Amino acid sequence: MSCVDIIADYGLRSLGIGERLLPRSDFTLCHQFTLIGSGLIWNLYFGVLALAFGFFMATGLALAKAAENPLLRKPAEWFIFVFRGSPLFIQFFLAYEALVLLPKAGIDVFGITIHTAWTTKAWAGALFVLFLNTSAYAAEIFYGALRSVPKGDLEAADAYGFTGWKKFRKVVWPTMLRLAWPAYTNEAIFLFHATTLVYFSGFPAFQQRGDALYYAKFFADKTFNPFIPYPIAAFYFVCLTLALIAVFGVINRRLNRHLPGASRPKLKVRPQIIR
Amino acid sequence: MFESCADPSQLEGLNWFLCYLTSGKHMLFYTSFLVVMALMVITAPIALMFGFGGALAARSHVAPLRWLGKGYTAMVRGVPDIIFFLFVPVAMDQGLEYLRNLYKCPPTDAPIWANNEFNVCAAAKLPLSTSPQFWHEAYGFALAVIAFSIVFGAFAANVLYGAMNAVPRAQLETAEAYGMSPKQVRRRILIPQMWTYALPGLSNLWLILIKATPLLFLLGVEDIVYWARELGSTKSAIYDYPHPDWRVWYFLVLLFYYLGMTRISEIYLGRLSARLSRGQATMAGEAMRKAGA
Repeated sequence: MSCVDIIADYGLRSLGIGERLLPRSDFTLCHQFTLIGSGLIWNLYFGVLALAFGFFMATGLALAKAAENPLLRKPAEWFIFVFRGSPLFIQFFLAYEALVLLPKAGIDVFGITIHTAWTTKAWAGALFVLFLNTSAYAAEIFYGALRSVPKGDLEAADAYGFTGWKKFRKVVWPTMLRLAWPAYTNEAIFLFHATTLVYFSGFPAFQQRGDALYYAKFFADKTFNPFIPYPIAAFYFVCLTLALIAVFGVINRRLNRHLPGASRPKLKVRPQIIR
Repeated sequence: MFESCADPSQLEGLNWFLCYLTSGKHMLFYTSFLVVMALMVITAPIALMFGFGGALAARSHVAPLRWLGKGYTAMVRGVPDIIFFLFVPVAMDQGLEYLRNLYKCPPTDAPIWANNEFNVCAAAKLPLSTSPQFWHEAYGFALAVIAFSIVFGAFAANVLYGAMNAVPRAQLETAEAYGMSPKQVRRRILIPQMWTYALPGLSNLWLILIKATPLLFLLGVEDIVYWARELGSTKSAIYDYPHPDWRVWYFLVLLFYYLGMTRISEIYLGRLSARLSRGQATMAGEAMRKAGA
């Protein structure tokens, strides 16, 4: 069996396409690279969608936290504290157990049945938790940036007669993003790392369709040799991290394009966030 | 626990709950909170030591040592920490058993990693299969401590490396002008002065360490997550205290436990930071001086 065959059989195994059974013996390097790589699709799915949805929620939360009105500020503060102050692992468990308790047959609202079974599946439930979690972390970053928007910028906006939405859209928001971007890049990297927790935290892997780490652990358990699958998974994640830095670097340059070269902030990756 | 709990089926209401929450299994659950705290208290100083070594090595003038230090701090950047938590304990375990295999086992031709198995003779197993259950658990816990220390040591090395670079150059030059040797400068000026710069990063690490403790569950240690799942799952009538699926409540308790830990830590770290900023040539120190004057 050549490596091309293996890739054809297992390349999309994590989506349920291709061979149904996982290999039982003769684990070659090609098997490990292919299956772990196939699992990476799920990490990308969780990371990209949670980040995309979370971005807007985080902007809203940051604005709410910076608001004068305590009716807006307090809930945002509490939301951020709860999701940043507790482990993601516990949040996954709690969400899963809570979703399992929903009635199996669905909820009847005015004669329309809302199905609930899909919420306990990882693709929905875990994505929801990751979305809330990254919103909280990013909101804190955006809030910090919002507070350090230079006073002069706001005065300039006033001088142009900008108010409300226009002031926010043209002045506050771009500056906030520009200031927050290096920290937000970090947040994105660690969100992708956090996606590896999904299949270890209650959410079952349906028909053994798991993420990269799920398959890495599968191989480590089967071969009793952790020295091959985990470095492969690590290799994939290093590549993913480098790709993320490249993409976020392009956006960073775009956000800072009006500044003279030397004063443009560089992206610097600091390992600091685990959840 | 109590006399009146002898026959659980006769209990009702508040009494039932009181007896339920003090049953033997629940006592183990409460002890596991201590296990988690022990992990944090033991890991923090060891990780700090690792971090210290890493940071000093990364600043070293000897090239191989510097590469080692830089490599160690770079290790955690691109790779999810959970991979290390899964990898390090197994690798350590196999490494130790392999070493013991070399001089405890009769020499054989059979390779150690073969046919998807890890073969060492019974005498090389760690801990020995004859040793009491306690040692098995202690060994698992020790491996967890090592895994946590290595990962958090790398984080700490990064923080301390940055802090050492943040100490104002003028202070070190003053020490040199007084005729101190590089070793003396390091011990008398650099290390005492760097703490105020390291503290924000280290506090952050402590909060992260708190939040990383549920990963103990993945390492097979009977921690709070393990017991929350055990005790909360549905108990049918064959058990003393039958109840429906209560896992969500148990995890809610864990959530509040972690939020509480975070809050308390934040308060204490805030105080420590104020204490360390006193008299420092930083913004916080300057603000204190002005407030006092």
